[in-house]
Amino acid sequence: MKWARTLAIAFLVTVSATCLLANFIAPSSYAHQFRDVPDAAPSRQHPLGTDDLGRDRFSRVLYGTRVSLLLAPAAALLTSVLAAFVGGVAGFLGGWVERCVMAATDLFLSLPWLFLLITVRALLPLNVSPVTSVVITFALLGCLGWAGAARVVCADARALSQSDFVLLARASGSAAMRLLWHHLVPNLKPVLYAQFWISVPVFIIAEANLGILGLGVAEPLPSWGSLLRELESFSTISGQPWQFVPLILLVVVVSSFHLVLTHEELPV
Amino acid sequence: MRHRLARVVCLISLVLSAVLAFAQAGGELRFCIYSEPKTFNPLLTADDASDTIRYLTGGVLMRLNRLTQEAEPELATSWKISDGGRTITLQLRDGVRFSDGTPFSAEDVAYTVQQLMDPALHSPTGDSFRSGEGKVITRILGKNRIAITFPAPIAGLDKLFDQVAIMSAKSPEKEMAVLGPYYVAENKAGAYLILKRNPNYWKHDSRGRQLPYIDSVRLDIQQSRDIEALRLERGEIHFINSIDAEYYDKVMAQNPAMAHDAGISLDAEFMWFNQAPNSPLPAYKKAWFTSTNFRRAISESINREDLVRIAFRGRAHPAVGPVSPGNKFWFNANLQPHPFDQKSALQRLGQDGFHLQDGVLRDREGHAVEFSVVTNAGNKYRERMATMIQQDLSGIGIKLNVVTLDFPSLIERMTRTFDYEACLLGLVNTDLDPNSQMNIWLSSSDNHQWNPSQKTPATAWEAEIDKLMRAQASTLDPNKRKQYFDQVQAIAWEQEPFIYLVNKDALSAVSPALHNVHPVVLRPQVYWNIEELSLGTSEVARNR
Amino acid sequence: MLRGLAKLAAKVLIVVLLGGFLGATLVRLAPGYGVDEEELDPRLNQQSIAALRQAQAPEGNLIVSYFHYLDRLLHGDLGVSRTLQRPVVELVRERLPETMKSIGLGLALGWTLGLGLAIATVMSRAWYLDLFAGLLAGLLLCLPAAVLALLFVLAQAPARLVLGLIVFPKVFRYSRNLLARSSALPHVLMARAKGLGNLRVLLWHILPTATPQLLALAGVSVSVAFTAAIPVEALCDLPGIGQLAWKAALGRDVALLINLTMIVTLVTLLANSASDLMGSKLRRAEA
Repeated sequence: MKWARTLAIAFLVTVSATCLLANFIAPSSYAHQFRDVPDAAPSRQHPLGTDDLGRDRFSRVLYGTRVSLLLAPAAALLTSVLAAFVGGVAGFLGGWVERCVMAATDLFLSLPWLFLLITVRALLPLNVSPVTSVVITFALLGCLGWAGAARVVCADARALSQSDFVLLARASGSAAMRLLWHHLVPNLKPVLYAQFWISVPVFIIAEANLGILGLGVAEPLPSWGSLLRELESFSTISGQPWQFVPLILLVVVVSSFHLVLTHEELPV
Repeated sequence: MRHRLARVVCLISLVLSAVLAFAQAGGELRFCIYSEPKTFNPLLTADDASDTIRYLTGGVLMRLNRLTQEAEPELATSWKISDGGRTITLQLRDGVRFSDGTPFSAEDVAYTVQQLMDPALHSPTGDSFRSGEGKVITRILGKNRIAITFPAPIAGLDKLFDQVAIMSAKSPEKEMAVLGPYYVAENKAGAYLILKRNPNYWKHDSRGRQLPYIDSVRLDIQQSRDIEALRLERGEIHFINSIDAEYYDKVMAQNPAMAHDAGISLDAEFMWFNQAPNSPLPAYKKAWFTSTNFRRAISESINREDLVRIAFRGRAHPAVGPVSPGNKFWFNANLQPHPFDQKSALQRLGQDGFHLQDGVLRDREGHAVEFSVVTNAGNKYRERMATMIQQDLSGIGIKLNVVTLDFPSLIERMTRTFDYEACLLGLVNTDLDPNSQMNIWLSSSDNHQWNPSQKTPATAWEAEIDKLMRAQASTLDPNKRKQYFDQVQAIAWEQEPFIYLVNKDALSAVSPALHNVHPVVLRPQVYWNIEELSLGTSEVARNR
Repeated sequence: MLRGLAKLAAKVLIVVLLGGFLGATLVRLAPGYGVDEEELDPRLNQQSIAALRQAQAPEGNLIVSYFHYLDRLLHGDLGVSRTLQRPVVELVRERLPETMKSIGLGLALGWTLGLGLAIATVMSRAWYLDLFAGLLAGLLLCLPAAVLALLFVLAQAPARLVLGLIVFPKVFRYSRNLLARSSALPHVLMARAKGLGNLRVLLWHILPTATPQLLALAGVSVSVAFTAAIPVEALCDLPGIGQLAWKAALGRDVALLINLTMIVTLVTLLANSASDLMGSKLRRAEA
């Protein structure tokens, strides 16, 4: 498995380097419409063909990777940290604190947050830059995605706080903060990694779907989500397999994250 | 030998007729609607799904033949318009019954008209008849004769009745008792509706056979156009009334006989600038948007040919004005689409003090020209057009920000807060007559999109348009009306309050199993002659 | 026991009512509330448009209108949906069974696949199985619901099962990590060293350690399934409450949205409370 993990790390580094150097590598601007060749097949000028407006797909994948690969993991990290904090503290303290926090979490899970997102869009000026718009979108997603994981973290924290090593640490006089930070959090990692790994693609796709509300990325800035939306007209793309490249790229990146994160090998 | 031959011929003819009859009769027509119908009250229909049900189930006094575009007798066998266009006297068909058996008479027409014109009902169809203040008077002159008098003359009165489905005054089933070819038999909420043939439908074909040929119609509620196209491919549905350009191309490639392009539709896509004085925009932007030179320059900077070719895959035409060339009588044929000429655009802008500085267009106070265009999210055509216009305008140094919003947020900005700069939307025209656009062109109207509800016209040209629209509505002479409305189109072309972009083609796709189909530009494009459509294999297709 | 149940009922009631109120607040404060697409109909004259706007106008301030709603609720009237022009009670009664079926099937499929693959991965200790399962889960997570729905229609498979494929990767990921951690615990290693069979090790030593967290995950997966039901039902045109919620959201239909929020809150609370109860019973049994 070690070779798989090394391969995954190398791949992630390569992808990150490539998209950071997009200005030099991309054959053209991600926004320029080559109106003579819309929906073109791959060629020397356009390695992945062009989209329905004649924009070079390879350039759009490069710049889109920059947006999504930076912002989605950041949002996923935010979600995981919030879940760890809320769930960890609730599970650790137990009693009525846990019950209140979990009831609040259940409430949070049930509310129609769509309307908050629409309201945020309304509060933003119409002429906001695409980058600002997409950063705000991912920040919001990060702030709203923690509730489900918090429950599982809470159950985990509760179980851990009753385990022998924590009781021992308590008995030895460890302060609560130390108990949390040194004993609990490291053992919550399996759940937190799972949450992080799930959140990355979920946020990327959610960002695309939020285009319906005017949030998410604005034209002409590409993101993986907006590139994936091309696949929704499935009937028209059956003869154009190069349109699947963003999907394949996303799957491989997400799988690489999975390999990198699971450094507990399965016991031999 | 001859007797045997004759017998064989007779037998073959009998068999063929039976097969023909079988092919003509029966079967279930299947197609999709995009949402649940909001109402079964034919007077209150305002959404597509409810309109579809109304068309399939409603009996009307006169039907606008979608092919000839002339009014034809239906429940009214003849009519006379008198009193300067205020009164219509109708002779009704005898012996007609509603789907539940209740007899039809002038009383039902009177009842329907009174309901329609009830101001408390706020029927959109009723508002089309509301040419002036005052009550509508219905006089029953006999069992099958009625006169209806409106408070003011209505141009194109007979064709308007195409939208009025007659309801029963007496039936316990209320609006569910119908006079059309079908009635609603089953309604599985959110999933499908099944309409069955009206056993009491009065229409018969030339051989005396009761219509419709098709026994039942199944309407599946299908939001996704992708899935709808897949289902047509699989033969699960029989047609798509209005198909997107990319799916049209796919159908064309797979089976050209299924693809129908009826020509330029009546619909238009356009863009406009917010000219409302009470909008929260900064003064310098209001100055830009209220300048005719600015709007004309923007119009000349947009490459409509590219929009047609790329956003609509060539299945559209550059638009000229409020009426498309598909509306042969009313279109002002002297007008051409604004040419794509960025040099001329910059010259026009120069007249208003705009200048290019380092590739950025600035006004005379030095503000960089940057504004946003809002459009409703989820409409692929509009999103593509907005992105293409973004590139076009960057050619003259303008930065355009494309903002897609969900429809309620968009409507709120357009009609309540006026917090938007430019808007890109479309108009679906179901009616040929320019009276249907009255509330868009009258400056006092709430639907006068760029600057609604004006107390007095804000500009001389808007005052002129008000005068011309009222003039064309108050005369019955179609040629005079056309003269007035041609002038309205010329002013709109000159002033560009709406920057008309494209007119889509009327595209549809029809399964070869469906016969006697003549797709047209007027809605409903494919099933306008529903009672004469038939299902069967192509070998026994009946030619009319 | 009775006191416990009473406390639970009180908690559920308070949270559900709060959920309804907060849901209504979010809808009322969002832009687009109180407007109707029909206003743009060019046939309508000024009086009709004014009447339409009047009909959309909210009845008093938020708190007042919520109390009116609660008052009607006590009499069994859930209000009338503005977008569908039908009583909410009827709509919910028609569509709730549809969604429950989809969610039930979805959860069954998701958990069977997810937990099954997780157990297989952990017990077999085969890296290729872990890699394959990880790739499969990753692929399903990366496919937008719209594409999944289209694939199902293409394959003519029942659209309901899309929910299962949305739930599966999340269940798999969490349970794989939890079981992997449990299987590395000293007592499991001891059990294996003592020669206990795989099945016994799994059922008696690995699963029990991870059960509280898995139960919490089960409760959360109900909520995940509900959330996923909204786009899936909207895309596949399944007439459930998910589709209703989507239409209500687009149409800012407060009457529908309050009720749907309360239903979702109730189901989420019940599912999570059930998993909490089972978890605490297990802890007491172990202790």
